[in-house]
Amino acid sequence: MTTEQTFFEYLVHVSENHSPLDFMLIADHLDKFFFGALLTLEITALALVIGGAMAVPLAIARAYRHRWLNGPIWAFTYVFRGTPLLVQIYLVYYGLAQFDFVRESFLWDPVLSSPWWCALITFSLNTAAYTTEFLRGAIENTARGEIEAAKACGMSKIQMMRRVILPGAFRRALPAYSNEVIFMLHSSVVLSTITLQDILGVGRWLNGRYYLAYEGFITAMVFYMILVFLISQGFKFWEKKWLGHLMPRAVESTK
Amino acid sequence: MEFIWEYRSLLLSGTAVTIQLALASLALSVLFGLVGAAAKLSANRIGKRAANAYTTLIRGVPDLVLMMLLFYGGQQIVNDLGSVTGLWGYIEINQFTAGVGSIGFVFGAYMTETFRGAILAIPRGQIEAGVSVGMTPLTVFRRITWPQMVRHALPSFTNNWLVLIKATALVSVIGLHDLVWNASTAGRSVREPFTFMFAVFIIYLLLTACSDVGLRWLERRYNVGVDRG
Repeated sequence: MTTEQTFFEYLVHVSENHSPLDFMLIADHLDKFFFGALLTLEITALALVIGGAMAVPLAIARAYRHRWLNGPIWAFTYVFRGTPLLVQIYLVYYGLAQFDFVRESFLWDPVLSSPWWCALITFSLNTAAYTTEFLRGAIENTARGEIEAAKACGMSKIQMMRRVILPGAFRRALPAYSNEVIFMLHSSVVLSTITLQDILGVGRWLNGRYYLAYEGFITAMVFYMILVFLISQGFKFWEKKWLGHLMPRAVESTK
Repeated sequence: MEFIWEYRSLLLSGTAVTIQLALASLALSVLFGLVGAAAKLSANRIGKRAANAYTTLIRGVPDLVLMMLLFYGGQQIVNDLGSVTGLWGYIEINQFTAGVGSIGFVFGAYMTETFRGAILAIPRGQIEAGVSVGMTPLTVFRRITWPQMVRHALPSFTNNWLVLIKATALVSVIGLHDLVWNASTAGRSVREPFTFMFAVFIIYLLLTACSDVGLRWLERRYNVGVDRG
């Protein structure tokens, strides 16, 4: 190393020639990864909100075996849970263009021709299907005594749902929901297959451009791990807050 | 619609590849799961730590990312290792190997949790009794742990398998000529992408529905003679 080199040039030199990963290259493109993370989070979060909002009425209808709605909702959740998300998103994004009436409809230009909207629609329906099923389980598991108590107080059906059944069901569904959120984040990698630049999309772009697999994919991996870690810490906090009364009590060891 | 019939052999061969991929990944994941569960339950500190790191890592990383890392980067590392140690020559990691390797590795972590829970559900006294009559650890596993473990593990195993089948669709992204790849290529060439993707949709639905029914039957069989509360 000659004396004229600055410390920065030395770092670049080490990074390019000696380290297993070219860290300077990653640092140069870190902003792209952050934008990718924003896109991943944006679509995942919006889909979870929309899908979650859809799931509540669907789960109630399923739990109470609504005469006309139960069958169709069951079919909807079964079909969406029985097929890969990748196939669903291909069907919407690449498939719908086959039909002339879709391409000529008012929805085509802003919505169905854009990968962003197609992804949001598919993700929302997908997460709605999964959420409906475990929320239904949580509603069905409401303790009989709670319902009897609510009836004894003279609550109407809607009051009972709002004040007793749903709050309890949401709490019981929380652990399953934390899994669903993490699975949704994992599944969001299919965004990169419909031309969107999510975290993995940026990793694939880096691999394609510099022909360096480790840099792109390991950085993507680290980004996903950080997101999952943050999400699970958040859910741990919420579980402590809302399910604290169900936690096993800490017992002093007798040893 | 008539194109589906015309391209039936392509769809069927794709389905065969998908099923092979799923079964091979399942076998690998069961292997990883058994080793992982054994490590988690063992007294060995390092083994325990390694298994915990494994399951935490997998929970944090999407399968497609690992698959691409293995497919694009694994080749390099395997051949570097081969030339350094001189144990093997040039090895090519094809899409199938990368798919089986990554799906097996990912679901191995979920299987680890499944098997760990199932082993913990077996009363400790039974294993102690086995040891006390002089069984080797392997015999204890074969005669006491395994038969009961299967019963406890089946519900969660079924779940893992259903998720695994769906995960196989991702291998088409790295170019394996599986069901999804074949169908989207055929769909593009005859300009009927929806028809072909819909066929894939139905085929996956059939695969998951059949395995659901089959595994439930197996569950009932393994639960014969068990008292239910």
